[in-house]
Amino acid sequence: MTPFTTLSGPIALLDRPNIDTDQIIPARFLRKPRSAGYDNFLFADLRTRENAFPLRPHTVPIVVAGANFGCGSSREGAVYALVDGGIRCVIAPSFGDIFAGNAGKNGLLTIVLPDAPARLGDATHLAIDLPAQTITLPDGTVIAFAIDAFRKRCLVEGLDDIGLTLVHADALAAHESNLPAWATP
Amino acid sequence: MTGPRTLFEKIWAAHAVTTREDGTSLLWIDRHLVHEGSFHGFGMLEHSGRKIRRPDLTFAMADHYVPSHDRRHPIADPEAAGLVTTLAANAARHGITHFGLDSPDQGIVHVVGPELGLTLPGLVLVCGDSHTSTHGAFGTLAFGIGASEVAHVLATQSLWQKRPKTLRITIDGTLHPHVAAKDVILAVIARIGAAGATGHVIEYAGSAIRALGMEARMTICNMSIEAGGRAGMIAPDDVTFGWISGRRHAPRGAAWDAAVAEWRRLPSDPGALFDREVHLDAHSIAPTVTWGTTPEAALPVTGNVPNPDDAKDAAGRQAIAAQLAYMGLTPGAPLEGTRIDRVFIGSCTNGRLPDLRAAAAVLKGRKASIPGLVVPGSVAVKREAEAEGLDAVFTDAGLTWGEPGCSMCVGMNGDLVAPGQRCASTSNRNFEGRQGQGARTHLMSPAMAAAAAVAGAITDVRKLA
Ligand code: SF4
Repeated sequence: MTPFTTLSGPIALLDRPNIDTDQIIPARFLRKPRSAGYDNFLFADLRTRENAFPLRPHTVPIVVAGANFGCGSSREGAVYALVDGGIRCVIAPSFGDIFAGNAGKNGLLTIVLPDAPARLGDATHLAIDLPAQTITLPDGTVIAFAIDAFRKRCLVEGLDDIGLTLVHADALAAHESNLPAWATP
Repeated sequence: MTGPRTLFEKIWAAHAVTTREDGTSLLWIDRHLVHEGSFHGFGMLEHSGRKIRRPDLTFAMADHYVPSHDRRHPIADPEAAGLVTTLAANAARHGITHFGLDSPDQGIVHVVGPELGLTLPGLVLVCGDSHTSTHGAFGTLAFGIGASEVAHVLATQSLWQKRPKTLRITIDGTLHPHVAAKDVILAVIARIGAAGATGHVIEYAGSAIRALGMEARMTICNMSIEAGGRAGMIAPDDVTFGWISGRRHAPRGAAWDAAVAEWRRLPSDPGALFDREVHLDAHSIAPTVTWGTTPEAALPVTGNVPNPDDAKDAAGRQAIAAQLAYMGLTPGAPLEGTRIDRVFIGSCTNGRLPDLRAAAAVLKGRKASIPGLVVPGSVAVKREAEAEGLDAVFTDAGLTWGEPGCSMCVGMNGDLVAPGQRCASTSNRNFEGRQGQGARTHLMSPAMAAAAAVAGAITDVRKLA
């Protein structure tokens, strides 16, 4: 996973709530192998239907969106489409839980910020510092954000989750050897 | 030492292998279900050179890409065929039990898991699918995961999870006749919103929930994710135990007795505290239909679609206007009477035997005025439905009786709603394009979908009954 420390660049503003993962990547593309590249699947139908849709692949690294971004289907393809389309950070008032988990595993930073579209929507450009947990606006305004310590560490260091877990192999084995008889099929 | 605990807390505590300082726990996973879409997870596992830790706790089912018409020939679409074959190949290579296209146990993963007794109270169950919340109906902690997490569970049989908050939704009272579990959960989502339970595990409680059978409880837990819930759960009781008893993978003999003794200790203790509480009166719930493109956009069938001008602010006006435009609806128009082009009855929400019975009860002796597809959730459901003659009720009414799978819930197998067409659907998502590009979905119960099929329009089933 690509480590994430700082990022600055232009934003795309998607000022609508409940952008579900079916919008981020329509179901018909989920059959494609990852090696195909998921960038062109990003918002494929919305981009076709709305001429003025504010996000095209490979144009901005930061998205500012409405509440409940990434709700719905657990498809990790939604994150692949964003990442392959050049997005490294999404800022929204809230996220679908599964989407946020998938994002962290692919080096995509999700920042929870109440009223994100209203507070950031006028900024054309943002600078994000993950170690310092700040967003800086073009006028110099600095906004602090919160993030889980472990999620931050994984992003900053680009850590492999499975490798980290296997450090706990003994605890896992101990738990496994104590499973009640009825709990295994 | 410990005070009163919730159902969720008991299961969480019993599965936390280790807990980090930040409160994130490594949870042991008792059951892992995979489907065709899990190919990314298998790919990652192989890429890392790792093996499956517990193939005996992993079960594979073909559901998303299987055809619902004619299974005598190979799947025509090469990509869909490839995914179904890849699942079979991955299962064979890793020694996983697999229910493929020609298995007598094939079906939607969230229908088949419980049927086979793989879903048990007190377990933690995951699947790379958001509707894994369905299994919570058994007092199981069950939730959907992404592909990276699928790879993690395959390799380690465990998963890091941040401890969610708890939300108890208590529904007391008696449901009106012709008001079903689907109406209850749509009413819940309309009340708390599509992000209303984000970061929370929901426990459904109250006399109206206790009175429901297992299939209805599954319908409710299934749509927890549409309220943003990490999971949905219902405390196990004698209804649960009776339903599980004797199923293929359920414990037997002394193990069964030990299990039931254990399961009786699972329900939330009196006085256990939840982070949030919501109460609904069962009597206030009417047959409910969605009008927009998020499941929270649901109203009693007797209601009128909103007018953007009624919204509190500009963002609200825009959200309503955009949904009405996509759905092709006039602001303020009555929901009832909205013309419908086709009907879909099925999915992991409403593709079980009681769902098909409820639809057939409305359709018996009547004709559908529009085309429709009825897809049982599993081969077992199909067998039982045919034994009762339900298939004949549907085909006599002019609807198509399909082969088990996800079908038109998501259209991955090619069962799509045409652009601009309006579908009365018993599935769980009315998102833009969910049933096909430009498709307009109205979510409702099986009985309401059957009524829509007869009338060719959204209709209050109470008028037909
Ligand atoms: S029936 Fe629909 S919601 Fe359920 S698993 Fe299949 S695609 Fe997902």
